[in-house]
Amino acid sequence: MEIAPPTELSQIRESVRALCAAFPGRYWRDLEPSRYPAEFVAALTRDGWLGALIPERYGGAGLSLTAASVVVEEINASGCNAGACHAQMYTMGTILRHGSEAQKERYLPPIASGELRLQAFGVTEPGAGSDTTSITTTATRTASGYVVHGQKIWTSRAEHSDLMLLLARTTPRDEVARKTEGLSTFLVDMKAARTAGTMTIRPIATMMNHATTEVFLDGVELAADALVGEEGDGFRYILDGMNAERVLIAAECVGDGRWFTQKAAAYASERVVFGRPIGANQGVQFPIAAAYAQVEAADLMRYRAAALFDQGRPCGPEAGMAKLLASEAAWAAANTCVDAHGGFGFAQEYDVERKFRETRLYKVAPVSNNLVLAYLGQHVLGMPRSY
Amino acid sequence: MKIAVCVKEVPDPTAEKRIDPDTKRLVRSGENTLNRYDRHAIEEAVRLREGAAPGAEIAVVLVAPASASRTVDKALAQGGDRSVHLADDGLSGSDIVATSRALAAVLARDSYDLIVFGQQGSDAECYVMASAVAERLARPCVTQVAALALDGSSLKVKRQVETGYETLEVSLPAVISVSDAINEPRYPSLPAIMGAKRKPHEVLSLADVGLAAGDVGVDGSRTHVSALSKPPTRGDSVKLEDDGTAAEKILAFLVERKVVA
Ligand SMILES: Cc1cc2nc3c(=O)[nH]c(=O)nc-3n(C[C@H](O)[C@H](O)[C@H](O)COP(=O)(O)OP(=O)(O)OC[C@H]3O[C@@H](n4cnc5c(N)ncnc54)[C@H](O)[C@@H]3O)c2cc1C
Repeated sequence: MEIAPPTELSQIRESVRALCAAFPGRYWRDLEPSRYPAEFVAALTRDGWLGALIPERYGGAGLSLTAASVVVEEINASGCNAGACHAQMYTMGTILRHGSEAQKERYLPPIASGELRLQAFGVTEPGAGSDTTSITTTATRTASGYVVHGQKIWTSRAEHSDLMLLLARTTPRDEVARKTEGLSTFLVDMKAARTAGTMTIRPIATMMNHATTEVFLDGVELAADALVGEEGDGFRYILDGMNAERVLIAAECVGDGRWFTQKAAAYASERVVFGRPIGANQGVQFPIAAAYAQVEAADLMRYRAAALFDQGRPCGPEAGMAKLLASEAAWAAANTCVDAHGGFGFAQEYDVERKFRETRLYKVAPVSNNLVLAYLGQHVLGMPRSY
Repeated sequence: MKIAVCVKEVPDPTAEKRIDPDTKRLVRSGENTLNRYDRHAIEEAVRLREGAAPGAEIAVVLVAPASASRTVDKALAQGGDRSVHLADDGLSGSDIVATSRALAAVLARDSYDLIVFGQQGSDAECYVMASAVAERLARPCVTQVAALALDGSSLKVKRQVETGYETLEVSLPAVISVSDAINEPRYPSLPAIMGAKRKPHEVLSLADVGLAAGDVGVDGSRTHVSALSKPPTRGDSVKLEDDGTAAEKILAFLVERKVVA
């Protein structure tokens, strides 16, 4: 497979690395358990990185997904955490692909400049995680638009976002032929809803610093033009946006995997026990080498999925596999890194335990790896539906 | 104000340098990139444009193979406004004498107020190109500039020398080379990286700058490499394995030689 990175890839890597160097482990440790990395996100915004995927005519950089994925990869490979802001890069894809020209002109330029943050994505609900079409949040038509009732959970960065892309049911499930129908996507002005008292956000304490929340929607009023695309087609739009998200998450996992293997290899070469570096023992060295191989293999699938996406070709299986393989590889690398560090793997000042907690998420979110396997089993291998 | 920043394409400094035994030249067929010392030169020009010389135009000037587009893009992303690239097969094998002739010919096509170089190339480490070009253009030259301030039509510069700093004033037009201590170059933002390709790129041949094949390349060079050998290893070096007493041993060594009392 030909992977010909354009000239700017090396420059992107250099610039992102240089930016990240100003945010070392100490910065991230001091944020724990729950302070948002506002300075880091501001620096990425200032240098235009979060507008990477927005076309140039709307004020973005018009990067390919391949190049944009390098941005988040380098962030995580530098020991930073792209999870704080990756959604600002891709959530706008739904507006870009399915929004009206008026919506694009109104929202994309301020999202590109960072003036408006669209990095909250309200899909998951307490009663509907993997089974997305079972969501019960409803948007009911009113004279002037819609009114929304329901609850979302795991809505990350909601407190640090101006807009939320919301999935809600617009036609009751028993009135549509298929449960994938009757769902719609909306662009919600969160500030307005919070001011009106119809939206309440509650942070959820988690094992890593991720600014995730639950959001209560009690009569949020939306104008008719908050609807993105056609009413009832929302599930398709969400699925369609997932490929870009999965490729970016895969790239973050590859970045994590690189960080863990490099950190582990360096420590194993330095730490002397029984009179020689621990890395001179195959029991220490081989798991690190094996994790490295796993990360590199996952990286190929990530580039393949990204290339298909950039060519406008179907890439559902590849994007899913990239996310699956990369999250498993990063997790293998994380465990290897903790093992190699022995007790020091648990000490906060080494950052290993922090990255370990952070990378664990991607086996579960934005989609559980089981569901990726279920998709491959059914849709690629033609086996019976398992969910 | 018109500023030219001369930049060099060099082999990726993270790769090991290799000499081709047949040609006795540095192998340049691997990854090549912008000489890191030149980033300080571009940065200093950008700072002039942002400060004392608003509206200054910064031209990035290079003599390099036609394939040097990555280097050109990098230099422009860093802040250059346009590039002037002399690319001609006849330049291959040029030494300092020939390269400075080629650079001077490119620079003479325009009336630059200030020509800025980095202190050295990370490949050949010669430190002399600024002086050689200044000589050919008959312009004043200050090398190893560690700080500068524009004052009307002259520059006040601090020059790094072994014993400290010299403070000099040089009237423009002039040629300077900046030390790598003069500034901390910024890394380009994403819009700057993407914008580099849209900036004007001028590619010139030898004929365009009025040079003949014999003026440059091997024929135009005045040095000839007859043989290469590795520097002899120093027999009197001592290698210490730290068993916890290395610091004391180093101190004793320095005291013995009266480096520290
Ligand atoms: C930190 C964090 C941030 C998140 N951010 C967001 C966000 O911003 N926006 C958003 O909408 N969501 C977000 N999520 C939600 C995330 O997408 C879901 O947690 C995920 O999709 C899984 O859903 P669930 O938690 O309801 O698990 P469940 O669906 O309850 O699944 C539980 C377990 O059972 C397995 N399972 C379920 N059904 C089957 C089956 N049929 N076959 C095999 N295995 C099965 C799953 O794989 C999983 O292992 C976030 C989650 C976390 C933890």
